[in-house]
Amino acid sequence: MTRTRLLSAASTIAVLALATAPAMAQTKFEFWYGLSGDLSERVQDMCRGFNESQADYEIVCVSQENYDNTLQNTIAAYRANKQPTVTQIFDAGTLDLMLSGAYMPIRELMESNGYEIDWDNYLSGIASYFSTSTGEMLSLPFNNSTAVIYYNTDALAKVGFEGTPKTWEEVETVARAMKDAGYECPIAFDPSGAWQWFEQFSAIHNQPIATKGNGFGGLDAEMVVSQGKFVDQLTWIKKMYDEGIIVHKSKDAGETANDAFVNGKCQITSSSVADHGTFGKQAAEGVHWANAMLPIWEGTERTNSLVGGASLWTLKGKSEEEYKGAAAFFNYLAQPEQAQTWSTITGYVPVTMAGFEAMKANGFYDEAPYKGRELAVESLTFTPPTENSRGIRLGNYASIRQEMVKTMQDVLFNNAPVLESLQAFDAKGNEILRRFEQTYKGAQLP
Amino acid sequence: MERRAFYRNPVLPWLLIGPQLLLVLVFFYWPTSQALYWAFTLEQPWGGGNSWVWLDNFIAIFRDREYWATVVRSAFYAMCTTGLSMAVALFLACFVDRSLKGTKLFQSVYVWPYAIAAPAAGVAFRFIFAPQSGIIGSINQIWPGIWDPSTNGVHALAMIIICHAWLGIGYNFIFFLAALQMIPRSITEAGAMDGARPLRRMFDLQLPLIAPTVFFLLIMNLISSFTDSFGLIDTMTEGGPVGSTEVMVYRLFIDGFRGLDYSGAAAQSIVLMLLVIALTFVQFKWVEKRVHYN
Repeated sequence: MTRTRLLSAASTIAVLALATAPAMAQTKFEFWYGLSGDLSERVQDMCRGFNESQADYEIVCVSQENYDNTLQNTIAAYRANKQPTVTQIFDAGTLDLMLSGAYMPIRELMESNGYEIDWDNYLSGIASYFSTSTGEMLSLPFNNSTAVIYYNTDALAKVGFEGTPKTWEEVETVARAMKDAGYECPIAFDPSGAWQWFEQFSAIHNQPIATKGNGFGGLDAEMVVSQGKFVDQLTWIKKMYDEGIIVHKSKDAGETANDAFVNGKCQITSSSVADHGTFGKQAAEGVHWANAMLPIWEGTERTNSLVGGASLWTLKGKSEEEYKGAAAFFNYLAQPEQAQTWSTITGYVPVTMAGFEAMKANGFYDEAPYKGRELAVESLTFTPPTENSRGIRLGNYASIRQEMVKTMQDVLFNNAPVLESLQAFDAKGNEILRRFEQTYKGAQLP
Repeated sequence: MERRAFYRNPVLPWLLIGPQLLLVLVFFYWPTSQALYWAFTLEQPWGGGNSWVWLDNFIAIFRDREYWATVVRSAFYAMCTTGLSMAVALFLACFVDRSLKGTKLFQSVYVWPYAIAAPAAGVAFRFIFAPQSGIIGSINQIWPGIWDPSTNGVHALAMIIICHAWLGIGYNFIFFLAALQMIPRSITEAGAMDGARPLRRMFDLQLPLIAPTVFFLLIMNLISSFTDSFGLIDTMTEGGPVGSTEVMVYRLFIDGFRGLDYSGAAAQSIVLMLLVIALTFVQFKWVEKRVHYN
């Protein structure tokens, strides 16, 4: 009785295996990514498009919900030798991966599989973040953005400001006028946005975060934030906060800065240009808005802003066939129409100059809802990248960023003195950097 | 004389405890030994190699003032959640035990919170306590700025403690109620006839008689507050503001998984483990002597 049952089960499996056998001819490979919700759907569309475009490879795209999970899960999988062929790693996780030697450089991968890619075509600010110090690109820029500032145009009109403020002085003036005009929350501020409020500020004002060109020159870089312009900036933020012109908005407080902005409660916010599409969809009835490049202080010269977002890495330890599939997938992503669709539906910037020019020529940026996104590219390419605006190559940078969040909270909420807090931040950052250096003793930056 | 049952077959007992041993081996001893090894090395996150550093990781965390702050905070957290949760549970259990009206209903209702997973409760409480939009937050409309866990560390810690205590009440309640109902009615009745009011009966009769249960719950609650606070903190405050809700277990997670400092996190987890072991040991050796079983 049992035996016949077992036999029939076995034969069923055999039949199933036979039935699915033709599909086995395809090479299957995995791609892990850290986007969820609507963006995840768009990635799945892209994967489906790739699978339908050819018959040799099948990509399996798996969402890991967010960047942190993707990094942790990829590391765990890599250590257990079960890694995906392609994975998406966010900006702050770049250096760890670079030093690990766990990846296949994108250039080598594409060249050995016979694809011609014009590497100089990538936007300079984007390319430099994901390249070695000698300029060789290691991973493929995928979803990239930069920070911009968003204004409620009705509020600007009400206080009689034409256009959008370009300097922090102007921002302060309009914000004060908004406060006087009865707006309860002129500027929304979330300390966890260290990326836009601190890192981007430093980049566009050409201020170093650490020595050795923000770490590009070696693992022995040291933090120098307390010696630069950010001291004044944080002092200014604190002053505005105390006067009620900058208002704290965060998940913990019950409403994020972005939500407060699209609901018309706050009139100015700073965020990624990747939110441009979301704002367009979510803006409440009667809320009109526009975005601009991040403001600078009068008397300073603007440098290019930093790229944010993530890139695609190819991991070691997979078969020749899987690498062929990965190369084909990257090539598919690089097609102009693919690049344009991706940028259109998400708000991420086109990563190549050709892609950007083509979209501009098509009149893509001329009208709502896409008008304003070109400012992100302008901001990213405003000047050739300098030592301080090329990127941040510091070990365990996610931890350092977290320390900055704490520092800003401490200044704002607990009245900690600005300079001392930033000095303590530098000291803490140096501890993290020295520990990282010790972990990778003798390693050279690629 | 004590009677013992024993197996004649020497293999059978091992076979019987085998599955359990295997589980403990795979899910406790193996990871613990791995953590112990990492705690003495500097481990590269991607597994590229490591170097033996002796006690450097431990020295680094013990020198860190912020780490000591999390230790003190954890101790405070453990005492508050345990005290609060057990006191409320005992209070409720005493009333249910007195068979007041609706006892049957409350008996089951009070246990429900225990069935809620900490992250789910965390999300719900985040909305309830949100200063700008939550139910509790609405007191800000009457007295502006009186409640703000998003900027005030004391408020944030209090919020987490209340939530943790609330989650544990059901568990404590069931044990207290069972223990109270084990006490022969005649004893309480005798007390009542001698003129002892309910409160006096509780302190002089019931509490001493349920001391073993109190002792058991004390250990379970303390241990749980050291290790189970993660789900709540992660969904409600993520350790903030300014690290004021960072307890040992959360700090370990931040350093290990966000900061990719595997070795530092391993050292911290060894310290945490030793602390929990020591706590249990001390309580069993020292406190138990003062607890009278029957």
